Amino acid sequence: MSDHARLLPQPTPDTQPYWDGLKAHRLRLQRCADCGKVRHYPRPVCDACYSMRVEWIDASGRGRLHSWTTTHHAFHPGFKPDLPYTLLTVDLDEGVRMNAQLRGLDPAKLHTGLPVRVDFERVTDGVTLPVFVPTS
Amino acid sequence: MSLREVGAVTGVGETQYMRGTDRTPLSLQLEASLRAIEDAGLKPTEIDGVIPYGHGAVAEDFITNFGIPDLRFSATTPMGGASAVASIQCAVAAIGAGICNHVLLSLGRTGYSGGRIGTRVQQMPQFRLISEFEMPSGAIAPAQLYAVMARRHMELYGTTSRQFAEIAVNTRRHASLNPNATMRNPITVDDHQASRMISDPLRLLDCSLESDGGAAVVISAAERARDMKQRPVIVMGAAEGHPDSPSAITQRPDLTTLGLAKAAPKAFAMAGVTRDDIDVAEIYDCFTYIVLCQIEDLGFCKKGEGGGFVQDGAIGLGGRLPVNTHGGLLSQAHMAGMNHIVELTRQLRGTASAQAPDAEIGLVTGYGDMGDGALAIMRRA
Repeated sequence: MSDHARLLPQPTPDTQPYWDGLKAHRLRLQRCADCGKVRHYPRPVCDACYSMRVEWIDASGRGRLHSWTTTHHAFHPGFKPDLPYTLLTVDLDEGVRMNAQLRGLDPAKLHTGLPVRVDFERVTDGVTLPVFVPTS
Repeated sequence: MSLREVGAVTGVGETQYMRGTDRTPLSLQLEASLRAIEDAGLKPTEIDGVIPYGHGAVAEDFITNFGIPDLRFSATTPMGGASAVASIQCAVAAIGAGICNHVLLSLGRTGYSGGRIGTRVQQMPQFRLISEFEMPSGAIAPAQLYAVMARRHMELYGTTSRQFAEIAVNTRRHASLNPNATMRNPITVDDHQASRMISDPLRLLDCSLESDGGAAVVISAAERARDMKQRPVIVMGAAEGHPDSPSAITQRPDLTTLGLAKAAPKAFAMAGVTRDDIDVAEIYDCFTYIVLCQIEDLGFCKKGEGGGFVQDGAIGLGGRLPVNTHGGLLSQAHMAGMNHIVELTRQLRGTASAQAPDAEIGLVTGYGDMGDGALAIMRRA
């Protein structure tokens, strides 16, 4: 993995459980403790019932491809060694989306609806990032 | 109270646009501002409202440099590339409320010589969610974030890269007629197809320029504009619109609909005109695809039909809807859409370098911050 020093996440008390989950190889999502709506990215208020009571659930990590891009230009020196890399936007089974890099598949084989699952890559002692791999 | 025909553009100004300068953004912004004020036939001290583009000069800079004795209104409209056009609504609202009479909208930037796009966006507060949850994975720049929207449109509707190319080619043709455009050599669809891939499906020639320069506009109370130096350009309707999930494209229910889709019905209703009445359109063009998507969101065709709309010269000077007659952000300069307002004003005065025939009514859009939109519809007096 290349040097991500300038782009490492800076978790807040609202988001720390998400990052702690990734470090433990678990994809955790916020769920409203009152109405049960799952939301992502982590934030303080439920937009369905305005509750600020939050619980964290372990997501299945499974989803289907919604859209994608393969980046060939180095917008940041930390990612130059990774070029080209492919970013997936995925509809998780829990009804929210997430964005992560592709592993283990030729991007030419990508198509809308492709089933994928989340995997985990350690970047530093403190930070693990999600990636997607094809299911099966 | 309706804002219809409350305000008018009375002055426009631009610096020379460049790719390379040792001047400061403030110097460029103040030069463009002085040109716009002179164009309006005003003295700098007569400016009583300012809406500077975000991340640059502040109200105090105008008081200090112009000696404005009584600045009665200042605001910013932090909507990225939609800010300039959104500030038209803000200016007209302030004028309509009786707060001020002459509002200066202005921008100066060193997008080429100063901080470039890959590092600039990380410092913007509206990118906070992206900074924490997407940038660590390498989703850093607008080209990457918007490529995902373009890919979705292609998958859903069969839109093609060659259709994006039509926008780039058309815009360059207009720039070739504009002495203050930085990219004036004509290009072809094949040139576009041969340009290097930036973030698939967006190629180099799908992307706007990084530019140095300044641009400014004066908006005055409509009843005063009648007696000023220039033939006024009346603001008939204006609106802003924010998309669902405005801070994270990833979470947006429909990736192919922008905030402009919410602004357009309001601005057209306020103006009391239809799409068929629009003679010329200056459409924010940070990327070719974003123009195509906005043509749909404005209602010139149905969602998914933008690719067909832009073909066969329809957006050229003699076409169904002349678009970006100055060369836009793609080929004139990236002045965050302030140059689009300048150009619409010139079109409706009849003084543009690439003049659309019989331009009486036109529109200008802004787009930015991952989906915010703004629209103003104007007519010649």
